[in-house]
Amino acid sequence: MMYYDQLIFEKSQEGRKGYTLPKSEIKEYKLPDELSRAECPRLPEVSEFDVVRHYTNVSFKNFGIEKGFYPLGSCTMKYNPKINQDIAAMEAFTSVHPYQPVETAQGLLKIYHDTQKILSKISGLDTYSLNPYAGAHGELVGLMIIKKYHQSRNDHKRTKIIVPDSAHGTNPASATVAGFESVEVKSNRDGTVNIEDLKKVLGEDIAGIMLTNPNTIGMFEKDILEISRLVHEAGGLLYYDGANLNPILGISRPGDMGFDIMHINLHKTFSTPHGGGGPGSGPVGVTKALKKFLPLPVVRKAGDMYLIEYDSEESIGQISHFYGNMGVVIRAYAYLLTMGKERLKEIAQMSVLNANYIKESLKDTYKLPVEGICKHEFVFDGLKDRSIDVRTLDIAKRLLDYDMHPPTIYFPLLYKESMMIEPPENESKQTIDHFIETMRIIAKEAKDDPDMLKNAPYNTPVRRLDEALAARAPKVKFRDLEEED
Amino acid sequence: MFKYLPHTHADIEAMLKRVGLDSLDELFSEIPDSLKGFELDVPSQHSELELINHFKNLGAMNTPLIPFMGAGAYDHYTPTIINHLINRQEFLTAYTPYQPEISQGTLQYIFEYQSMICQLTGMDVSNASMYDGATATAEAMFMATAARRKKRVLVSGTMNPNIIRVIRTYAEPQDIDVVIIREKNGAISESDLKKRLTDDTAALIVQSPNVYGVIENYAGVNEMLKEKKALFIINQDPSTLSHLKTPREYGADIAVGEAQSLGIPLSYGGPYIGYLATTKKYMRKMPGRICGVTKDADGKRAFVLTLQAREQHIRRDKANSNICSNQSLMALFVTIYMATMGKKGLYEAQQLSYNNAHYLYDQLRKLPQFEVVFEDRPFFKEFTLRATVDIDTMNHKLQEQGFLGPLHLGRFSSDKKGLVTFATTEKRTKEEMDTLIRILGEL
Repeated sequence: MMYYDQLIFEKSQEGRKGYTLPKSEIKEYKLPDELSRAECPRLPEVSEFDVVRHYTNVSFKNFGIEKGFYPLGSCTMKYNPKINQDIAAMEAFTSVHPYQPVETAQGLLKIYHDTQKILSKISGLDTYSLNPYAGAHGELVGLMIIKKYHQSRNDHKRTKIIVPDSAHGTNPASATVAGFESVEVKSNRDGTVNIEDLKKVLGEDIAGIMLTNPNTIGMFEKDILEISRLVHEAGGLLYYDGANLNPILGISRPGDMGFDIMHINLHKTFSTPHGGGGPGSGPVGVTKALKKFLPLPVVRKAGDMYLIEYDSEESIGQISHFYGNMGVVIRAYAYLLTMGKERLKEIAQMSVLNANYIKESLKDTYKLPVEGICKHEFVFDGLKDRSIDVRTLDIAKRLLDYDMHPPTIYFPLLYKESMMIEPPENESKQTIDHFIETMRIIAKEAKDDPDMLKNAPYNTPVRRLDEALAARAPKVKFRDLEEED
Repeated sequence: MFKYLPHTHADIEAMLKRVGLDSLDELFSEIPDSLKGFELDVPSQHSELELINHFKNLGAMNTPLIPFMGAGAYDHYTPTIINHLINRQEFLTAYTPYQPEISQGTLQYIFEYQSMICQLTGMDVSNASMYDGATATAEAMFMATAARRKKRVLVSGTMNPNIIRVIRTYAEPQDIDVVIIREKNGAISESDLKKRLTDDTAALIVQSPNVYGVIENYAGVNEMLKEKKALFIINQDPSTLSHLKTPREYGADIAVGEAQSLGIPLSYGGPYIGYLATTKKYMRKMPGRICGVTKDADGKRAFVLTLQAREQHIRRDKANSNICSNQSLMALFVTIYMATMGKKGLYEAQQLSYNNAHYLYDQLRKLPQFEVVFEDRPFFKEFTLRATVDIDTMNHKLQEQGFLGPLHLGRFSSDKKGLVTFATTEKRTKEEMDTLIRILGEL
């Protein structure tokens, strides 16, 4: 049953129903004809059981973290605690309208407020907005704040944002959307920022720099204090991309490193489900000096009451219809309370231990471009034996046959065969040993039978896909398939 | 050891040994000492029982109210199967479908979602969803300014002010000129539109039903726009597309909106989901993920993210949008909603909402406490009246009786003072409405 090929539209039978509605107690009113659509949308006609069975079968074609090891680099695929799902589903939270008077939503506002406070303590920044919906949304908001900050000082010549060549792809894209030009700085061999190169680009046109620390190779920028001094001296601000916050929880804080603005991915570091691509949440934190620029509305406490403020002259403005993905914030808050101050540091320690253990165990077989202690993740540059004609893609696809999710591949762009491995803290030594063993088996298979690897996977719902075909003549809806027949 | 942290002392020792270190602290030795050793002043760990009690107490600090308010968040019925299905770990815990061979589940429901959004809007292609309706509208603006290489965008003053605010925030850093079109009797003023529609206009953005609940009629609007080579962007509550003329029928180039109305709980404003659909012509200008059909090595039908050359991870600083995700699980939510309600159910639920709103309107307009503002303007499930009584007193009175009263539009701007917008859905019973009418009549 792993391969289930039907679409819900293909199950549709005229007249079948999957719902019940109450009888109307009042007379029927009629919409004027000139406002009515010509024909009804063709939605499926299926029974409730059809729907349940269909989506259950569709789900079997997915791989979730509860099924197996998921060492996807920079994504922090940690366990999503069940209790957080139960809590977020409480009717006392889900039934509240966003415009209810604040006195009838004090519980939710307290959650928002207390989560802001905890994030501040963890990151060393003064204040947070939980309104941004995702990491990339947080980046955009952060860059808008940088822009507003310089404008508020009548400094209009700062049009550029520095982005290292190892950065996540969203960084330069966010800079463009925020109306900046991005300038790349080169990395050292270990992926850290090349200070000499940085000095060359710093100047009066630089608005700020975006950094991930540890970076995408998993290395901590040990010169971060020097970097922040140089950037600040040149009049720029430092933005921290929080995608890699997990390994420094309770160890070190971006605020102390000199960062002025950062976002946190609650769906990475604080265990909320990735949901197949969202909803996430990307709270943005700032120093005291930048607080006035945070997006609206703002939640704050006055006496014993939690309030929402809509007006502020200096804010960048509104970036969401309401207050962000509250349901995600509730889950993250529950996770933070579960771990507490006693356990946050252990998250960092165990994730870093896991990563280094894998790195040291496999570096005889896979090419390790950067030696030394990594943080929560590290990068292999394909197989060590370069005479074997097998690529990272083939190794990743073969892992699927062994019921494991592959690492992030072909990122960062610094190496040709990047394979970025992140084993979160809740993976046990036994799981990790099994992964190491499997990676060795695959390396041996690569040597013995490279063609077999090039055609992997074999045991998945579908085999390798023809991606070019999909882009050449895009079929993006059911009707496109009908027209084909 | 902790319930989410499985390492035993023996594990830690063995692993440190492999790494060649003596202590966990050495894992962090390259971090300067001045950056370490702070006191973490956050709450202490909670056991599961303590956690549940804590959240029960927080829940008790919220007061459940029966909403007669919409304003972008509608209290529609949620078929019970949806939460059971979306909470399956296969859907809930998966990452973005980068490895299509083991993500066919996510990819297939995105394909079904896109198909349904195209059915509702009449458009050719939908993306895999956006953060919310307001940001989807701002992204549509970027599509238009990029496609037309012009920086002037007209926005109808009858749009929900929150959406306009988000548009303005997004427009500012790119120096896009946002021009508000005046309203006439609760709908966009065509004469003002004519006046402001210049050759350098990239697009017109409108909303229907609008902030007052009024259904706008766009007959002839697209023809005006096309003379100036401007795009037509319609923001519409997708649930009303069970009945209403589609963006496509009005000639829209881009259809966007907030799809919370497709059964998603109010949840204090999120997570919701924005939709964005367009024509074949602008498909390659779309932001976000798009799922398409292809074949696997054995010739089997399969789904895959496609047209990725548009996206940030390929184009980096050349991308039109920095979106690198979608509201995937919420896309699954509304897909299951639309499958369950189906062709007939969506129509019936919306007809019930429509009936309720019109019944309530007919009763309230008879009361001395209210005056009609937009005579002869059609509406769907939300309508606006002028209150002749003090609105704070009115809403407080309703709150005491367990109701969330209408939205006072005066909160957005002083020229809307006194205007209140009521909303109903199929969930409101006649008894609830009659109680509301009685309380309001006694003011």
